[in-house]
Amino acid sequence: MKPAPFDYYAPATIEEACQLLSDAGGGATLVAGGQTLMPLLALRMSQPFVLVDLNGIKALKGISRQAGRTRIGPITRQNEAIADATLNAAQPLIVTAVKHVGHHQTRNRGTIGGSIALGEPAAELPATAVALGASVEVRSTRGTRQIKADELYFGPYATALEPDEMITAIDVPEWPSGTVSVFREIAQRPGDFALVGLTGAVTIDNGRITRAGIAWFGMGPTPIKARQAESALIGQEIAALDAKAIAELAIADTAPFDDLHATAEYRRTVGRRVFTRALSEALDLRAAA
Amino acid sequence: MSTHQIQLTINGRPQHATVEGRLTLSDFLRGDAGCTGVHVGCEHGVCGACTVMVDGNAVRSCLMLAVQADGCTVTTVEGLAAEDGTLHPVQQALRDEHGLQCGFCTPGIVMTLASLTAADNKAAPDKVMNALSGHICRCTGYQGIRRAARKLAGGAA
Ligand code: FES
Ligand code: FES
Repeated sequence: MKPAPFDYYAPATIEEACQLLSDAGGGATLVAGGQTLMPLLALRMSQPFVLVDLNGIKALKGISRQAGRTRIGPITRQNEAIADATLNAAQPLIVTAVKHVGHHQTRNRGTIGGSIALGEPAAELPATAVALGASVEVRSTRGTRQIKADELYFGPYATALEPDEMITAIDVPEWPSGTVSVFREIAQRPGDFALVGLTGAVTIDNGRITRAGIAWFGMGPTPIKARQAESALIGQEIAALDAKAIAELAIADTAPFDDLHATAEYRRTVGRRVFTRALSEALDLRAAA
Repeated sequence: MSTHQIQLTINGRPQHATVEGRLTLSDFLRGDAGCTGVHVGCEHGVCGACTVMVDGNAVRSCLMLAVQADGCTVTTVEGLAAEDGTLHPVQQALRDEHGLQCGFCTPGIVMTLASLTAADNKAAPDKVMNALSGHICRCTGYQGIRRAARKLAGGAA
């Protein structure tokens, strides 16, 4: 229950951090909030030779807006994000999602980028990034690249990030006015991972849906984009919308499994209801506003 | 395996130490700093017993390395009561409301409540109540803890 020995480094710049990752040849692990990594170290499920602590790198912190996009520094702590006026104004769905991550005490350390980089399939932030069409900026000594959130996740904790790469920013498009958020999480206790989770945004213009981004969490090996439901929603007139039918399409894209906490059938049944209700409520609210 | 010099303030006293990179803050506080009120239940972030304040925020000290607390101000349950033994309002409220039995979970709960009900930085009542989800208590059934929290937070959460 104690971490195995490692060499600890706290670089001050992104370049130094990338160099450490490159020098370690795959033997290094990054730590920011540590709210998932520290348990893995304690249980010795992770035994890196080198631990690179990102907390001292100022360039990785903070939230800014430019040209219709919100840029989130990956080591921004979850509770800082919840309190951030810019994020509340530009990305209300992300704020809602972050409030569901872990507990108050873990959100005081845990970071936005840490959750996105880990790729837990039942976590709120990876799915929300997928739903909103976010991308991550990734650096290594070999250069910089952008990865769409949609192409980041391969399986549970398996991502497109190479061992020498680190996320240097999360880039989220800002959705137009007339956008409503959809967020539902069914969990056994607050702070637990989702048994069924739904997150997304729908833009309405003149009684018609013009844009939709919806993803599930806890409903398969990765966050799952509800592609069929999205296409069915776009162009749809709200007055003629059949939420139940669209929920069927959304469920068709999921791949839930049986585990200790719930069966796949349970997840599908609850998912259908959650989707139908969440969508109807979001659209009603919009109509009433 | 690396070792590091750290300097931090624990319950108002400056402290210097040399620590291994892998040493957790909870083990440092208990073993090196003598703050055995920091209770270690699960050692992997599930139970909340090890909660302390780092720079005023409640965090799980088993999920932080001692080296990461370099330059920080740490408060443990030992730092709350007055010199003469007068209990901190959070401690008094838990006592009055029978918010503890064996007391193992209590220091962690005290630190969460103290961080969120400080006179100069009081959180909304529902936030205080929700923050209790970060603690597991095997004895009380939580009702006494919730009464104490409600009393401290003010408002009918
Ligand atoms: S000992 Fe730290 S959370 Fe249980
Ligand atoms: S009082 Fe015994 S665990 Fe809470």
